[in-house]
Amino acid sequence: MSKSNSLFQKELVARATKDAFRKLDPRLVAKNPVMFVVLIGSVVTTYFFARDLATGSKDALFTGQLTLWLWFTVLFANFAEAMAEGRGKAQADSLRKARTTMTARRLCVDTEEQVSAPELVKGDLVVCEPGDFIPADGEVVEGIASVDESAITGESAPVIRESGGDRSAVTGGTKVLSDRIVVRVTQDPGNSFLDRMISLVEGAQRQKTPNEIALSILLSGLTLVFLIATVTLLPFAQFAVNQAGQGQTPTIPVLAALLVCLIPTTIGGLLSAIGIAGMDRVMQRNVLAMSGRAVEAAGDVSTLLLDKTGTITLGNRQASAFHPAPGISEHDLAEAAQLSSLADETPEGRSIVVLAKEKFGIREHDLESMQAEFVPFTAQTRMSGVNYGSRQVRKGATDSIRRFIEEQGSVFPPEVAAISEQVSKEGSTPLVVAEGKRVLGVVQLKDIVKGGMKQRFAQMREMGIKTVMITGDNPLTAAAIAAEAGVDDFIAEATPEQKLAYIRGEQAGGRLVAMTGDGTNDAPALAQADVGVAMNTGTQAAKEAGNMVDLDSNPTKLIEVVEIGKQLLMTRGALTTFSIANDVAKYFAIIPAMFIVTYPQLAKINFLTNPKSAVLAAVIFNALIIIALIPLALRGVAYKPMSAAKVLRRNLLLYGVVGVLIPFPFIWLIDKILVLLRLA
Amino acid sequence: MIQIVLFFLILLAITKPMGLYLAWVFDGRASWMGWLERPLYRLLGIKSDEDQDWRSYALSILGFSAVSMLLTYGLLRLQGSLPLNPQGFGGDQMTPHLAFNTAASFITNTNWQSYSPEATLSYFSNMVSLAIHNWASAAVGLAVAVALVRGLARNSAGGIGNFWSDVVRGTLYVFLPICLVGAIAFVAGGVPQTFEAPKAITTMEGVSQTIALGPVASQEIIKQLGTNGGGFFNANSAHPFENPNPWTDLFTKVLIFLIPAGLTYMFGRMVGNVRQGWAVFAAMSVLFLAGVSIGTAAEQSGNPAFAHFGVEQANMEGKETRFGIAGSTLFASITTGASCGAVSSMHNSYTPIGGLVPLFNILTGEVIFGGVGAGLYGMLLFVILAVFIAGLMVGRTPEYLGKKIGKFEVQMAMIAVLAMAFSILGMTAIGSVLELPKEGTFGALNTLGETAYGPMTGNLNNPGPRGFTEMLYAFTSATGNNGSAFAGLTANTPIYNTMLGLAMLIGRFLVIIPVLAIAGHMARKKVAPASAGTFPTDSATFSLLLVGVVLIVGALTFFPALALGPIVEHLQMAGGR
Repeated sequence: MSKSNSLFQKELVARATKDAFRKLDPRLVAKNPVMFVVLIGSVVTTYFFARDLATGSKDALFTGQLTLWLWFTVLFANFAEAMAEGRGKAQADSLRKARTTMTARRLCVDTEEQVSAPELVKGDLVVCEPGDFIPADGEVVEGIASVDESAITGESAPVIRESGGDRSAVTGGTKVLSDRIVVRVTQDPGNSFLDRMISLVEGAQRQKTPNEIALSILLSGLTLVFLIATVTLLPFAQFAVNQAGQGQTPTIPVLAALLVCLIPTTIGGLLSAIGIAGMDRVMQRNVLAMSGRAVEAAGDVSTLLLDKTGTITLGNRQASAFHPAPGISEHDLAEAAQLSSLADETPEGRSIVVLAKEKFGIREHDLESMQAEFVPFTAQTRMSGVNYGSRQVRKGATDSIRRFIEEQGSVFPPEVAAISEQVSKEGSTPLVVAEGKRVLGVVQLKDIVKGGMKQRFAQMREMGIKTVMITGDNPLTAAAIAAEAGVDDFIAEATPEQKLAYIRGEQAGGRLVAMTGDGTNDAPALAQADVGVAMNTGTQAAKEAGNMVDLDSNPTKLIEVVEIGKQLLMTRGALTTFSIANDVAKYFAIIPAMFIVTYPQLAKINFLTNPKSAVLAAVIFNALIIIALIPLALRGVAYKPMSAAKVLRRNLLLYGVVGVLIPFPFIWLIDKILVLLRLA
Repeated sequence: MIQIVLFFLILLAITKPMGLYLAWVFDGRASWMGWLERPLYRLLGIKSDEDQDWRSYALSILGFSAVSMLLTYGLLRLQGSLPLNPQGFGGDQMTPHLAFNTAASFITNTNWQSYSPEATLSYFSNMVSLAIHNWASAAVGLAVAVALVRGLARNSAGGIGNFWSDVVRGTLYVFLPICLVGAIAFVAGGVPQTFEAPKAITTMEGVSQTIALGPVASQEIIKQLGTNGGGFFNANSAHPFENPNPWTDLFTKVLIFLIPAGLTYMFGRMVGNVRQGWAVFAAMSVLFLAGVSIGTAAEQSGNPAFAHFGVEQANMEGKETRFGIAGSTLFASITTGASCGAVSSMHNSYTPIGGLVPLFNILTGEVIFGGVGAGLYGMLLFVILAVFIAGLMVGRTPEYLGKKIGKFEVQMAMIAVLAMAFSILGMTAIGSVLELPKEGTFGALNTLGETAYGPMTGNLNNPGPRGFTEMLYAFTSATGNNGSAFAGLTANTPIYNTMLGLAMLIGRFLVIIPVLAIAGHMARKKVAPASAGTFPTDSATFSLLLVGVVLIVGALTFFPALALGPIVEHLQMAGGR
């Protein structure tokens, strides 16, 4: 996917300009009540302009300009929406190219036949070899292959897909680079991930989110209030003119202009652009949101469930210290631990070898020359180690070694048990090493918390979001890591049921929950969570259960998604406040100027040149502010994690107070320019 | 100035105890009037523990109001055949349109009086037909506010309380005891309480004069406590029998705000966070003090036109010397803030800005403490709008008291705002241009022989912007269920009586129904616990935001109308016209 951050690329602007005109279709404008009123206003003033031209009225210059700017107002709003859609459309085009007619090799019992990809149905088996495009979404049922998924994720490094486990899902349109796999098709044509992705990035299925609907109602209500205020102004003016015996009642085009200035066109024109841009921002982070509702919900989340491994800690534990049993030297312990780990290919095993070398310079032995026999880890013994000569070296969890020692009729030293517990409390994993009947000591395997996570969680707390760590570790270890990482809560020895129960508990308390997951057993929890981000590497079940898919499969991104959701809501609120605050100035610009002939005393609160320049200046400001705010609508308001009270104070000042004041100088300036150019 | 400070300190002091008492009553814990309450329930067939959902609650109110309106209309029309009528007033004085207007006025707690009571109403009409609504309509307003607070406070609940029980408890536990004590205080202060007919006396100048009398004290107390405002005399609280001296004046002012202020504390108490209540109280106080200060300053500086005559003085026209300027503007601010409508001075004689303050108080929905109940629920509607507009700015779905504000709540709040704008602006617009033909229902001469045809603006007392303000004020006062009159407007004509009556009904029920709907929907919602990410609604920032929203919504809706009325007039006066 394109990672370009430039908002105004030439092609995008050109395309959006064209779309802005196409969107003038009244049926499309009618979806937005505020802009629809502007459209009607434009049509009405156009009629009066035509009449003025026909009668040769000297008002034609004024009505003409008014008409032009009212049409611009509608066009600018359309342009904003088109700009927001633009990037998605460009992406959809490139995705469509990936969906070019693919052929598939379908397996029928033991023969193979060539079919075109759209003929594949759920349950078909297809064979893919290097250079083949995988023809449909599916699951690898046989073999292992490296796959180029760059068409979907934009990531050029190939990924491994293999049968069984959580890395079996493949996506149609991706390319096999090596080896042969057999894929079972899991989606019917037209319903594939690629299809869904195209329609999502295009915004074709975009529905208004709950917040957007509520806001639209508020805006429509305000529009009606201003309609009443404008319509009743005519009889009021009639009375005033009759009483004062001078001046004129405002003309219909002027009233239309006043109405357009007063109704919340700024937010009305930018509302859908804000929503689309919010989803687009999520997409730029390579997260595919299935609906705008999901993005909005992300802003409301108050509990984050985060997997410990990969999100909070680096994936692997590392040996950090040797704790010898009484009477044993640290060197002996290190040597035995190293021996037992030589053939152990796990990252933990290798880290023991590295630590022994670093601390005591113990070099690697050649197992074969020692005629040593490797004892692999099994589910029954839950230990691994080596046998050579008469020596039996084992390492394993405290319980397993205790059993191993006691089976040989010996006693597990309480000091070692104490050390184990201490290590657990520190959030590390104790690995006990024994030789024969003798316990040598404990190797401390430490979980390394990722850099910067603690600050991140502190920010989350300030934003009122509770972070919960999920781990398979025992409660002691979990508590220590939780403390080190600074999360608010943890679920130790977590099972899928527990996760589900935790989510339900939080939701019953009125909180919204977000989580990430990839395995099939995560699916129920992903479905229950308000925001469920599935990893793209995860199983099909997980991807379907969640309402977002992270194409990079990076669980940390959940935090960013929450921030984008918040930013989306803030942008809407800020522009609504700004839009309403602006009205104060527009009233002060238009009303006194409008009645200055009737009541000359109004000159004292009039800051503009004449009635025509005043109305035009307000209308022009009203149109231009939409264009001026497009970048803000598309990028979102500046966002820093802080408490709601602080955000409120800051934004109220920035968009409320400034919103009241800022139009005055600009309207004044436009008025002066209009007069200078003899346009009014 | 000292009066204002003193008044505000008293207000501050009474808010908490009153609020605690109200919470005690409406939580259902108070039972010291049970000896009267229980038999009353049995008598009226009320199942007091039946929890009503919002629809059933609203239907009860509508039914109750419809029946009382019909009954009142009938009683007023038939006053000639009813007892306690020493002056012999009948249906000639109480015409159909006047009876409609008056019935609407009293059931909606507006107490607008198109008539001059001492020349129209029998004692029976005054004491029974109308006085009963001083209690009942106030109790209804109180019940609605309590129901809304319950809706906000409850967690995943279906009902919002029982209307009948709320009305009975409000009357028995709140109004009755305070009225008994208060009426005695008024009598002690010099307010008459008698059934005697008016006395004819000879004044010191030797002229014969009729002094109207009656059971004034008992009506005076509920008039103020229930923010009704319908005076026993046409001069209302400016009349020496209603409001004899500065002490009764101060007592009156405190009475008007007593329950509305207490309700803010009750609200905080019932939702489990008194700071929420104080935040609303603070917003009301800021608006109140700002209004009083502006109004007093405008009246003190008087009319610059007089300076040309070498007279530099404050504007005392239309004010009682026994109350002075500060006392009068304070009263004006209180009575309009609180939807009471009692007056101790002629608002029409105020300077334009001095008159703008009371008008703006009503235009903003009378949420500055407001009418009994109506002030709190009106302000809570603004809270919902404020929370929705600004709440998004903290990056969460707007929520109030842990409950999300969604489509439905916004819709209902907007209906209420729209109803107000539609009624006030729409009717003033009609009034500005409508000319009635001599024939037809509305053009016919009324029984008092006043002309009713011709332009509606013919009934205005002043030309130009002041005349416009008179009419705007009338429709505003009616829609806002305030009932105070700017004076000057001759309102007792078929067209004004009908339109004002409709305005009162719109302003009452098109607000109450949305409020109850919000209460019902909020009650059903789950309460989410507050966190650092929650939009804070118990802070000073929020109070100021609320003030801003009240002002901006009021200003945006009514600025054009105000510009052509008081604002232009102020500029004219400043310009020496």
